Amino acid sequence: MSPALQGLITIIIGVGGCVGYFYFSNLFLDKVLFPASGPNAGRNINRAGMIRPWLFLAPALIALTVYLAYPVVETLRLSLTQRVPGGGYVWVGFDNYRKMSGEPKFWEALRNNMLWLIVVPAMSTAFGLLAAQLSDRIRWGNLAKSLIFMPMAISFVGAAVIWKLVYDTRPVDQEQIGVLNAVWLAFEGGPMSVLFLKIVPSLGLIAFAAAVGLIAWVFVRPMLKARDQVGGGTIPLRLLVAVAALWLIYMSLRSVIGLAGADLPYGVPQTWLTIPFWNSFFLMIVLVWIQTGFAMVILSAALRGVPEDTIEAAIVDGANPFQIFFKIKVPQIMGTIVVVWTTITIVVLKVFDIVFAMSNGQWETQVLANYMYDKLFRANDWGVGSASAMVIMLLVTPILIWNVYNARKEMR
Amino acid sequence: MAELKLKNVEKAYGEVKVLSNINLDIKTGELIVFVGPSGCGKSTLLRMIAGLEKITGGDFTIDGERMNEVPPAQRGIAMVFQSYALYPHMTVRDNMSFALKIAKKSQPEIDAAVAKAAKILQLEPYLDRLPKALSGGQRQRVAIGRSIVRDPKVYLFDEPLSNLDAALRVATRLEIAQLKESMPNSTMIYVTHDQVEAMTLATRIVVLAGGGISQVGTPLELYERPQNEFVAQFIGSPAMNLMAGEVIETGAQTRVRLANGGEAVSSVPTLAADMGLKVNIGVRPEDLVATTGPAIFTGEVEITEALGEVTLLYFRRNGGDAQVVAKLPGIHNDVRHTTVALGADPSKVHLFAKGISLLYR
Ligand SMILES: Nc1ncnc2c1ncn2[C@@H]1O[C@H](COP(=O)(O)OP(=O)(O)O)[C@@H](O)[C@H]1O
Ligand SMILES: [Mg+2]
Repeated sequence: MSPALQGLITIIIGVGGCVGYFYFSNLFLDKVLFPASGPNAGRNINRAGMIRPWLFLAPALIALTVYLAYPVVETLRLSLTQRVPGGGYVWVGFDNYRKMSGEPKFWEALRNNMLWLIVVPAMSTAFGLLAAQLSDRIRWGNLAKSLIFMPMAISFVGAAVIWKLVYDTRPVDQEQIGVLNAVWLAFEGGPMSVLFLKIVPSLGLIAFAAAVGLIAWVFVRPMLKARDQVGGGTIPLRLLVAVAALWLIYMSLRSVIGLAGADLPYGVPQTWLTIPFWNSFFLMIVLVWIQTGFAMVILSAALRGVPEDTIEAAIVDGANPFQIFFKIKVPQIMGTIVVVWTTITIVVLKVFDIVFAMSNGQWETQVLANYMYDKLFRANDWGVGSASAMVIMLLVTPILIWNVYNARKEMR
Repeated sequence: MAELKLKNVEKAYGEVKVLSNINLDIKTGELIVFVGPSGCGKSTLLRMIAGLEKITGGDFTIDGERMNEVPPAQRGIAMVFQSYALYPHMTVRDNMSFALKIAKKSQPEIDAAVAKAAKILQLEPYLDRLPKALSGGQRQRVAIGRSIVRDPKVYLFDEPLSNLDAALRVATRLEIAQLKESMPNSTMIYVTHDQVEAMTLATRIVVLAGGGISQVGTPLELYERPQNEFVAQFIGSPAMNLMAGEVIETGAQTRVRLANGGEAVSSVPTLAADMGLKVNIGVRPEDLVATTGPAIFTGEVEITEALGEVTLLYFRRNGGDAQVVAKLPGIHNDVRHTTVALGADPSKVHLFAKGISLLYR
């Protein structure tokens, strides 16, 4: 049987099974168990009403217990035990965690995850917001939106394959099939190369540093002004943002200096995915490419929800388009931006497929999820594998809670 | 100081003209009210003055300076929106200082302007609240405060009271009147579909209908000398009674025989050539009085509505005739189902031919 046909049958059985379950169990409850007729009709209706929610919740509850709650507990147990040769387990306490923290690969994964965590949600949300705003008022805006949204329909592995081809490298004497190398080889070291590979990226980096500085300033300024009282609870957050911003500014300015002095290997095809540090960014681009569509769709809807007359009031007040965007529109959709940001953050923390399919964590691109897979299923070290799984869960949970909290606030 | 001139101004959305031939001179210190039925283009005209809507024809000047292409912020106007349009993420203080911050005014200057406006509008206790923590009336005042701080030449109000409940509406109407009183040199344009607001606030009323100006005048002019049947019926409540008839005597006074069998005398003069002219007479419900002499209208009272100081009498309609309403002082529920003869002072009887008042021929 063809896989497509199998898929179709699965869908039919699955959906039909769900519908059947709800329909027939409901029927059974109303007609057989507590019929709404006879001497006890009133009492039966009440009882049926009490049981019905549980009846309908049962499949979801069972699935959550079996596939979510139990694995969490079991993973926790596995992370505290060790398999002994010949079968069976022994309790080892936090040994697995200790072992894991001694492995450089784990720290590399953690560091990379943090980098992903900063770059991907920020870029996806920023690009999504930009696309949402720019495509809103133009005639072919909807076409642009469809195109930007399309990567959402591609699985991570599929996207990884596409981008692996973009980054592909062939020996010098062969024709390059990777777009990036084809473009790279077009630069031969002349003035154009300097313009596009040194000046333009430097300007981009400086602009990025300036933007980060501006954001940090927005966060820090209220603390310096006596007139605006700052809630005490936000001071650590504000300082954290400031420190992170300073680090990002330092990194980008250092990159500018490094770029200025760099002797770029013109004319030589590059194996992009093996260039340490930068290769992580090449992987991140894949996820940004996918998630931008998601961010754009949600933010576009939110932007449309901004009352038109607050914008007109701002026009009358003399605000220019940038001020309207940053001071009127963006603050009004801040709640949605936070939800989009945290949602993407959670996707990023779990990122696995892209790294697995493109570099498999080699050349310093390891991330936590792939590290876990490595330990769990390749090294068969269930203890350390489970320990790293617990670390991922520990990182995701607070963001998840915050995300749900914000999403609920948005709905109210 | 602000004189606004609209000359042959028009507005078209694509092929559809919603406003045309708008000619209007507004002088410094006036409170002009645009009034008219829903959809007649009041908001559109106001937004054209504000610069939020493109003027597709004609000239609009403020103090002699052509404004057609000038962006809203540079026209010296401030606008209060029907929905208040407060910035929901900013405190009352920030809402009021936004325009000044954009204009890069100094902080002491901003603080002074906000403090002054807050004092006038009694908003001082709420300066650090977000709009969502304010009542409707307070939000309304913040919206007005946002205009005041900018010290504009022209204030524009688009149905500012329509989202308030009845009691608050009366109170806020009074506040706006007091505000105007305290700023005798500012020009205000006020849009409403409510004729009571128009009558009470305006120095002059602009009645808009059918894509153009129906009449411009002081509230009393509009009430006493309506230029056409539309204005006659739009101003005053209940609306003016119109009855069809034919001129049978001309001169300093005009006698009209009505289709309903009655006879009316109007102090509107007519020429000998008007003999036999088909006219509509118009009499306001409050100008009708019970009479024993020759009657304008005789009919059976079908419904009475006693409002306390007055009673409205609704007469039974005969075939396709328009409803006749009379407004008598005092309480008269006892006249229900009796036949009443009504007359009116000749000076209160208006004459319209083809919808236009004979006074304005
Ligand atoms: N963007 C638009 N496109 C086409 N017609 C419009 C547009 N905006 C308003 N109109 C039409 O202009 C007329 C006047 O509208 P408006 O000024 O809002 O009336 P109102 O007197 O109730 O404030 C209405 O008939 C409306 O249908
Ligand atoms: Mg309107």
